[in-house]
Amino acid sequence: MILNIVSIVLIALGLFFFAVGTLGILRFPDFYTRVQAAGKCDSLAAVLVLIGIAVYNLGDLSLAAVLVSIKILFIAAFVFISSPTATHAITDAALLIGVKPWTKEKNTP
Amino acid sequence: MKRRLERAGGQQLGDSSIIKTSVRLLVPFVQLFGLYVIVHGHYSPGGGFQGGVALGASFILLALAYDLKTSIRHFSEGANALLANTGALIYTGVAALCAVMGGLFLDYSALDKLIPLGPIEWRSFGIFLVEVGVGLAVMSIMVSLFWDISSGGEMDEGL
Repeated sequence: MILNIVSIVLIALGLFFFAVGTLGILRFPDFYTRVQAAGKCDSLAAVLVLIGIAVYNLGDLSLAAVLVSIKILFIAAFVFISSPTATHAITDAALLIGVKPWTKEKNTP
Repeated sequence: MKRRLERAGGQQLGDSSIIKTSVRLLVPFVQLFGLYVIVHGHYSPGGGFQGGVALGASFILLALAYDLKTSIRHFSEGANALLANTGALIYTGVAALCAVMGGLFLDYSALDKLIPLGPIEWRSFGIFLVEVGVGLAVMSIMVSLFWDISSGGEMDEGL
């Protein structure tokens, strides 16, 4: 019962961050801010949903369920390391190649 | 000609310590997962090709984060060619051995005459043998293709 509530809260939080991140990808003005929104989706929201699934899977405490939950947590750790690295690599390459950040005043040089 | 992109400290493109550290953390787990996919290929999703691609991708990741020389130092060209040919040999060898032992090509139950495990057990174990061969060949060919394409066939400097 408590596990169900915890997993529902975690998955709902993850879906909220996914929705907000998608909104950011669609509405933000330039490359860097969109990458930031996409990275937030990939790291925070995906990890929250995965942890929620892992908690939900613990409903019957058997050895097999615990092993599957540990595998899901490994996936979450993997995503949590690799997704920010990918975002960093993309942003770094864009900065080096000369993509200009967005500014509010169009006329300033 | 290749365009050299430099940042303020004189570091070159792709020379980021964040990427290097996380790749150094991730590569062993990627390789372990590749072996898991190969070994569990006959009763869960996956198989020789997918596991071989995961194993090859770990070396490609190493070449992307560091440079081509580092990945060649960890996985030499001689070992690469040897493993590719060994994989193809395991595949065709097991298949032809089935034909030699009196079955059809890739009919593993014929290998029961060689080592008596029972034909049903052999049908499962033969797939495992063939998938190990496929995995080795796919891993080596993936890495070799990446080396050749990214360095223009010269093997001296990658992306």
